[in-house]
Amino acid sequence: MIPIGTYILGIVAALFTLGLVVEMLRRRQLRERHAIWWLIAGLLALVIGVFPQVLVWAAGVIGVEIPTNLVFFVSILILFLVSIQHSSELTTLENRSRTLAEEVALQDLRIRALEQRLADTRRDDRSS
Amino acid sequence: MTTSLAGTLIVMPALNEEASVAAVVREVHEKLPGVAVLVVNDGSTDATTTEARAAGAIVAELPFNLGVGGAMRAGFKYALAHGYRNVVQVDSDGQHDPAGVVRLVEELQSADLVLGARFAGEGDYEVRGPRRWAMVVLSGALSGVARTKLTDTTSGFRATGPRAVRLFAEHYPAEYLGDTIESLVIAARAGCVIRQVPVAMRPRAGGTPSHNPFKAARYLARAGLALVFALIRPPVALHEGVVTA
Repeated sequence: MIPIGTYILGIVAALFTLGLVVEMLRRRQLRERHAIWWLIAGLLALVIGVFPQVLVWAAGVIGVEIPTNLVFFVSILILFLVSIQHSSELTTLENRSRTLAEEVALQDLRIRALEQRLADTRRDDRSS
Repeated sequence: MTTSLAGTLIVMPALNEEASVAAVVREVHEKLPGVAVLVVNDGSTDATTTEARAAGAIVAELPFNLGVGGAMRAGFKYALAHGYRNVVQVDSDGQHDPAGVVRLVEELQSADLVLGARFAGEGDYEVRGPRRWAMVVLSGALSGVARTKLTDTTSGFRATGPRAVRLFAEHYPAEYLGDTIESLVIAARAGCVIRQVPVAMRPRAGGTPSHNPFKAARYLARAGLALVFALIRPPVALHEGVVTA
């Protein structure tokens, strides 16, 4: 049987993760699309924390000899998916900021041209 | 000659080129009277903008560094918005002789993208050793893609006709080597006609090209990777109609 301290630590860690993610969602510091993997991970950890037998059962079904290895495998998989998602979002953001930078440069030129014409018109008005 | 140059915009990407940009702009105005020059300041921290404006160029300032690809796409967008038919890219370090622009633009009558090549028999600029071999390998591969013989695919001296200007205003890549290698692949796969003409090049004002074999290998690897990814990406179609900027 699992020592009571380890059992409680598992549950507390899972609750902390979930609490953090939910609180950040509530404060709009995290968007749903980015939070989904963390929510899944937190919920899985909570289920396994409360009912460790689920992990042993799942490991048995898949054929993983040491149940902890299944935890590591799933954890790494989730971290991997999150990283890939972040890299992809970063690429999207870079493309957008690049487009914005180009637009800013071109808008700036239009403003300069307009200001120049305005200044010319005013000068013409004054001289006439 | 003058009629074709009237619709031509010279685009010069410039990153910290305060020492040379004014002289290059003046040389362009001198050798190609009446042609419009757009300097795209690619996030310089020096007086590139002031120098270029003083020399009579239009200067677009990018708020931060995007690389040659980003600067050029801004140039293509500008050309499209202001009704220029052709865009000619000229380096702001004085490496390209503006006199060559006439040759490039003439060739645009039968092509969409014209590269000014260093190794095509003209000029005294030469690269030797491993870097040269890397360029030969790359040129061979790209010649196949472009369905024409190319010898200097990394040349930044190139002219773009109306169809390719529309294509590049949308799809000019910003990655490392994207402005040279991937842009060629995009154009070739969109059905653009690519051609090469010999032009004279001057040695770069600052420093000589590296002959370090490891750097050459690294360059070839990155170029190969850029080429492979450019080829496996979905091709972009060439729109014949008018694209609104």
